[in-house]
Amino acid sequence: MFSHLILGLRNAGLPASITEYLTLMAAMRAGIAEYSVEDFYYLARATLVKDERHLGKFDRVFGACFKGLEPPEGIKPQELPEEWLLKLAEKLLTPEEMKKIEALGGFEAIMKRLKELLAEQKERHQGGSKWIGTAGTSPFGAYGYNPEGVRIGQDKSRNRTAVKVWDKRDFKDLDDTVELGTRGMKLALRRLRRFARQGAATELDLPDTIKSTANNAGMLDLKLVPERHNTVKVLLFLDIGGSMDDYVKLTEELFSAARSEFKHLEHYYFHNFPYERVWKNNRRRHEEQIPTWQVLRTYGPDYKLIFVGDGAMSPYEITMPGGSVEHWNEEAGTVWIERLTGHYRRAAWLNPTPKQSWGHVRSITMINDLMEGRMFPLTVNGIDEMTRELSR
Amino acid sequence: MPNEHGAPTVAGFKSTERYIASRDLEVAVNASVTLQRPLLVKGEPGTGKTVLAYEVAEALGHPLIEWHIKSTTKAQQGLYEYDAVSRLRDGQLGDARVHDIANYIVRGKLWDAFEADEPVVVLIDEVDKADIEFPNDLLLELDRMQFFVYETRKTITAKHRPVVIITSNNEKELPDAFLRRCFFHYIRFPDRETMERIVHAHYPDIRKDLTREALNVFFQVREVPGLKKKPATSELLDWLKLLMVEDLPVEALRTNEKQLVIPPLYGALLKNEQDVHLFERLAFLARRG
Repeated sequence: MFSHLILGLRNAGLPASITEYLTLMAAMRAGIAEYSVEDFYYLARATLVKDERHLGKFDRVFGACFKGLEPPEGIKPQELPEEWLLKLAEKLLTPEEMKKIEALGGFEAIMKRLKELLAEQKERHQGGSKWIGTAGTSPFGAYGYNPEGVRIGQDKSRNRTAVKVWDKRDFKDLDDTVELGTRGMKLALRRLRRFARQGAATELDLPDTIKSTANNAGMLDLKLVPERHNTVKVLLFLDIGGSMDDYVKLTEELFSAARSEFKHLEHYYFHNFPYERVWKNNRRRHEEQIPTWQVLRTYGPDYKLIFVGDGAMSPYEITMPGGSVEHWNEEAGTVWIERLTGHYRRAAWLNPTPKQSWGHVRSITMINDLMEGRMFPLTVNGIDEMTRELSR
Repeated sequence: MPNEHGAPTVAGFKSTERYIASRDLEVAVNASVTLQRPLLVKGEPGTGKTVLAYEVAEALGHPLIEWHIKSTTKAQQGLYEYDAVSRLRDGQLGDARVHDIANYIVRGKLWDAFEADEPVVVLIDEVDKADIEFPNDLLLELDRMQFFVYETRKTITAKHRPVVIITSNNEKELPDAFLRRCFFHYIRFPDRETMERIVHAHYPDIRKDLTREALNVFFQVREVPGLKKKPATSELLDWLKLLMVEDLPVEALRTNEKQLVIPPLYGALLKNEQDVHLFERLAFLARRG
């Protein structure tokens, strides 16, 4: 009955399964949603979506599948507030048109013209794109309307109706393909724990148990030690200054989120591209530089190295000795990055710029090649991919 | 939230005087109660995930069995534990109890729930705190509501399938197989209107003007960018209680749109030293500007 909903969800990348579909059917049979569309929406959401990141997508698919389903609650065409329609008309019609129409027959004519416009608009939006691609294309904002007045607009009295709820797209922020907020960032970094943890179990301390049992005249005396866990060690290299200024905030968020996740987390700053010197305190970056060699010596290859940078620079900064914009570097950036990635086999590059644009920037493609394709966008998804790659 | 469509719900969970549940939460709870499947509840800390279990138990009139999960909790502990060490010790001491292995089986929370004579509500609190394998180890048990005691060769089957409510703070991904067996609800942060009702539900005789001003401040504080821990419902309620006890004049809370003031007794709202610093700095800048 609702198979198109399931198919739609699966096409949109939601992991809805047959089991869940059958559960939904069973719940419907048990009469949980009865005849209310709104309840059905809530029920379907509780059954089919298991992760708040997917709620936004679910709303979109649900909207596309069931548009026009919700009953014409409350608002009849003739009940539409006149000012509201006039305002709409003002938005749609040029002043000249308004004048012309007014000359033709005032309000009635305006409404007629408006209806035509709305009908036109509807045609343009057919094929399911209405709910997805609305941004900027529709003069009425994101909400649906209908020239018959069944669903015209977003009137206040309809606050609680279903279409409002799933058209609100409240969960957009939780979608994992959008850029990160602090919370999303934390979630993503928590995934690093997946390979960090070795279980929090307590384990038997055999030597101590034997010793203690012997002391106890053969009476068993178990000694336990807490198992060590969270052994992941991370070395963060953060790009600061220059083209990264736009992303400093985002980087800082990542940084603050990362800090609470690991026992061993070290961070260093670099500018544009890592060369022979990095620094720990950006305010004193010129006084307190640390040789990259020292970093390589200090932290063993069991550290996982994560660069955060937009990678937008002149290709010379990567390939040529002396290419750095700040100082004269004896060895080219490529040498340094190969040294770093050679030492730290688990290395990745997080890029805050959208992935689609990477192909257009030559230096980004070069870095991506140097990182052997381990460049990931700074989104929850990207971090997820990165952790998977790093824990492999 | 009252049911506006007049649709009869199967199981009777509704907002109570003390707990304001949105309609979607009601549907999710009722679905899970009716179909006897676990309900997984996620949401920002302090939005009433754990309290939900108390309220569901209250509404259904069932006793509540709470199982709070820690990082060291094993799934097995919820079923039973075999205390081999004390048996060994009893063996060495020649205690007669040692001949019956059943004497050393320690029942867990789920066993209690399964063997209960009336239906119960089980709260598995903060499931994400446990080891990553924890939910997987409970799949069959929660699905069939039975488990096998290896030591005594006995199968324990639930007399009544309990209502299982699981909360998670999202520290870990839960396995798909586990999720597939649950209903899911994400508690959104309440909007102002809902928040007013929540406040009213908890403190029915609070002064109207105090609520209004306090909520202004509260939502303003939540808006401050970069806070590590945004204050949530439970913080708001604590803070209001303090405000009521202190009996501060409403003027102390009054803010205007642009200006940020440090609210009195902010310790209840901001739980993090860095947040307090950030806030003080912003307030200082606002006063200067």
